[in-house]
Amino acid sequence: MFVRLVYESFRRQKRRKVLAGAAITLGVTVATAMIGVATDIGDKINRELRTIGANLVVTPQEDSLDLEIGGVSLKPPTDGAFLNEADLPKIKGIFWHNNITGFAPMLPVKVAIEQNRNRQDVTLLGTYFAKQLFYGKDGFTTGVRSTHPWWKVSGAWPEDSSRDVLLGERLAMRLGEKSGDEVMLAGRPLKVSGILSTGGAEDDEVIAPLALAQEILGRPGAVRRVYVSALTKPEDAFGRRDPKSLSGAIYDRWYCTPYPQSIAFQLAEAIPHSHAEQIRQVSQNEGAVLTRIEGLIFLITLAALFASALAVSAAMATTIFERRTEVGLMKALGAGKLTVASIFFAEATLLAMIGGLAGFVVGAALAHQIGHSIFNSDISIPPVLLPVILAIAVIVTFAGSAAAIRRAVGLDPVFALRGEL
Amino acid sequence: MSAPMSHSGRDLAASRARSPHTSMFLRMLVRAAVLRRGRAASALFAMVVAAAVATAMLNLYVDVQAKLRREFRNYGANIIVVGRDGASLPPDALARVDSVLAGRGIAAPFALVVARTGDGQPIVVAGADFERVKQLDKWWSVSNWPSEIPTLAAKDAARMGHPALIGVRALPEVAPKNQAFDLSFQRKTLHVSPAGTVQTGAAEDSRIYISLADFVAWTGVQPSTIEIAASGSPEEVASTMKQVTQAIPSGDVRPVRQIMEGEARVLGKTQSTLLAAAALIILTAALCVLSTLMGWVFDRRRDFAIMKALGASGRLLSGFFAAEAAVLGATGALIGFVVGIGIAAWIGRVNFHAPVMPRLSVLPVVLAGSMAVTLLSAILPISLLRRVQPAVILRGE
Repeated sequence: MFVRLVYESFRRQKRRKVLAGAAITLGVTVATAMIGVATDIGDKINRELRTIGANLVVTPQEDSLDLEIGGVSLKPPTDGAFLNEADLPKIKGIFWHNNITGFAPMLPVKVAIEQNRNRQDVTLLGTYFAKQLFYGKDGFTTGVRSTHPWWKVSGAWPEDSSRDVLLGERLAMRLGEKSGDEVMLAGRPLKVSGILSTGGAEDDEVIAPLALAQEILGRPGAVRRVYVSALTKPEDAFGRRDPKSLSGAIYDRWYCTPYPQSIAFQLAEAIPHSHAEQIRQVSQNEGAVLTRIEGLIFLITLAALFASALAVSAAMATTIFERRTEVGLMKALGAGKLTVASIFFAEATLLAMIGGLAGFVVGAALAHQIGHSIFNSDISIPPVLLPVILAIAVIVTFAGSAAAIRRAVGLDPVFALRGEL
Repeated sequence: MSAPMSHSGRDLAASRARSPHTSMFLRMLVRAAVLRRGRAASALFAMVVAAAVATAMLNLYVDVQAKLRREFRNYGANIIVVGRDGASLPPDALARVDSVLAGRGIAAPFALVVARTGDGQPIVVAGADFERVKQLDKWWSVSNWPSEIPTLAAKDAARMGHPALIGVRALPEVAPKNQAFDLSFQRKTLHVSPAGTVQTGAAEDSRIYISLADFVAWTGVQPSTIEIAASGSPEEVASTMKQVTQAIPSGDVRPVRQIMEGEARVLGKTQSTLLAAAALIILTAALCVLSTLMGWVFDRRRDFAIMKALGASGRLLSGFFAAEAAVLGATGALIGFVVGIGIAAWIGRVNFHAPVMPRLSVLPVVLAGSMAVTLLSAILPISLLRRVQPAVILRGE
C-alpha cells in the first residue's frame, strides 16, 4: 500500500512532481557546477598566471656573479660555469613533474653582426622554441613559446633543428632587416625567420636555436641557465622551512607539497651541479593573487549553495502545502502522523534522487562548458562527487520539506477536508 | 478606514463614484499581508534573499577588478623608463614622473655601474631610493633595510662605511664575514658596510645596492632607469605611459608586457567566471521567488473566486494581485539591497582586506529585476485562474 501510494502520487500528480523535480534539478545543477568550478579554479588561474613567466630558475652551482644591467649580461660568455643540456630532460623526472608546465634553457653569446662591412657586437641568445624532448619514453614539447607567452613574432618561429634566427624588434629596425633576409652572424650567413617583440632586453638581441649558440660559443651541450615554469602552491610558514632542519615524515610532507621551495629543491637534486631558486617577483605574488581569487570563488560557491538550497526548500514547501486535502483524507481514514510523514519523506527522497542525478549530469556539463568557454580547458567533475551531491540534495530536500510536512500532519482532518484553511 | 457613517447616502454614493475602489483596494492590500503573515513573510523572505544575493554579486562583479588590480600592483613596475642607449636620464626625470603619476602609482629610480671590489672582481653596484623600492618591489626578501642617517657627518660615514644592501650571491664574494669593504669605480673608492642582504632569485642577487645620494656623490652617474608601477585600468596605464613619454622625451618608455598581459588575462578570466556564477545564482534565486510567490497566489484562489463572484472585473483583479506583487517586490528589493551591500562588504573584508564600496547604480537594476520577477509570478497564476469559473474554485474542485 505504501509503495502504491508513493507510486500513484508520482503517476497522477505529474505537474507538481515535475515542478518540484525541476527545482531540485536546477539547485543541484548550480551546486555541482559551482563546486566543480571552485575546486578547479586554483589550477586554472595558476595556469593563467604562468603567462607572467617562469617562476623558477636553475643556474650552475659554482657560478661567478652575474654582471647584468637592464637585462643585458656584461659577463664574458665563456666565464663562469655551465649546465649540461643532456641533463635537462631530467626536469620531467622529478616528483612534481606534472606541475612543470615548461622550461627554456638560455645561453647568451656575444657575436659580431656584419652588414656592409660594418661590424657591430650583439648578444645572441640560444634557447628552445618548441623542442621535442624525451624523458624515458615520455615525449614532451617545451621552450620559450610556452614559458614566455608574451614574446610575439611577426614572421615564423624558427625550427629548433634549423639554423634560422629571430631578430629583436629594435635591432632589426637599426639594421633595416626584415624577416626572410639573410644576416652575417659570427661569420655565418643565417636566415632571419621572424622579428621578435618582447618589450624587454630581447628586442636588441638575436634569438637562435640552442645548438647554434653552442656551436658559435664552441661549447657543445652548454646551457647558462634554465627558466622553469611550474604550478605551485602558495608558500606558507611550513614551506619556508629549511629542508635540512626537517626530519622523517615532516621532511616527506614538505618534499611532497608543491611549494616553490620544494620544487626548486627537487630541480637542484635532478640536475647535477646546479642551484635552483624561485624568482620571487613571480612566485611570491602568484600566491597572493591565487589566494584572493580562490577565496572569492569559494565564498560565491557558498552563496550559490545557499541560494539553491533555498530554492529547493521553497519548491518542496509549496508542493506539500498544496496537498492538505490529501493529508486530511489519509488521516480521516485512520493513518497516523508517522505514516503520513513517511509517505511524504519517501516521495521527497525519490524526488531528490532523481532530481539530484539529473542535476549532477547537467551541472557537470555546465562546468565543462564554463571551463571551455572561459579557460579553454576542461573542468572535470570527479564521479566521487556524485554521492556527496546526492546526499546534500536529499538533506536539503528533507530540510525544506520538514516544516511543511510537520504542519501538514498536524492539521485537523475535518478542516483540511472542508478546505477551510 | 471604513466609510464615515455621518455622510448622507447621496454623498457616499458620489464619493464612491469619484474614487470607486481606492480605499477598498488599499485595505485589501494591507489586510492580505497582515492576515496571512506566515505566507507573506516567507514570500518576502525569498524576495529579500534573492535581492541580497543579486546585489552582492553585482557589487562584487563591478568591484573585483579594482581589488585584483591592486593585488597585481604587487608584481612591481608595469612601465619602465630607460635612457636611450644606456645614457642617464635628466636629473629632474623622477620629479616629472611623480607629477604625471600624481599619487596614482609609485616610481623608483635606479642607477647602475660596474665597479670593482678590493681584489679587482667586477660587480654591479646600484643606487636606489630604498623608501621607494620598499613600496615598489614588495617581493624583495630583505634581511634589514639600510636606514639613512642624514645627521651622520660625511667624515663618520667614510669611516664607518656607507650602509649597503648586498645581494645574497654577492655576499660570500665581497663580505664573507659581513665586514665593511671597499668598492672602486674610475679610481674613486667608496667604503661600504653591509646593512642587510637582498634575495629575489633574479639579477638583484648579484648586486650591491647603496642609497642613490651616496651613489651619485661617488660615481657622478645619474639614474638611468625609472621603474613605475602605475595603478588603474589598462587605458589609464596607457595614458600614463603616453604622458611619461611626453614628459621625458630623452627616455625610452616601455611597458612591462608580461605583467600587463598576465594581469589582463587573469582579470578577464576571473571576471568571466564571476559573471557565470552570478548568472547561475541570480537565476536560482529568481526561480525560488517565482515558485514561492506562485504558490502564494495560487493558494489564494478562493479570495480570487469570491472577489470575482462579487462582481470584480478581470482587470481589477489582475491589478490587485499585480499591485500586491509590486509592493512585495519593491520592499524585498530594498531590504535585500541593504543586506546584499553588507554581504559584499563582508566578502571584501574577509577576502581582500578592503571593503567593497556600495554601488548605488546597482539599486535600479535590482529593483527592476525584483519587480519583474514578482509581477511575472503574480500574473502567471492569475491568467490561469481567470479562465476558471469562480463557482468551480469555491466548491473546492
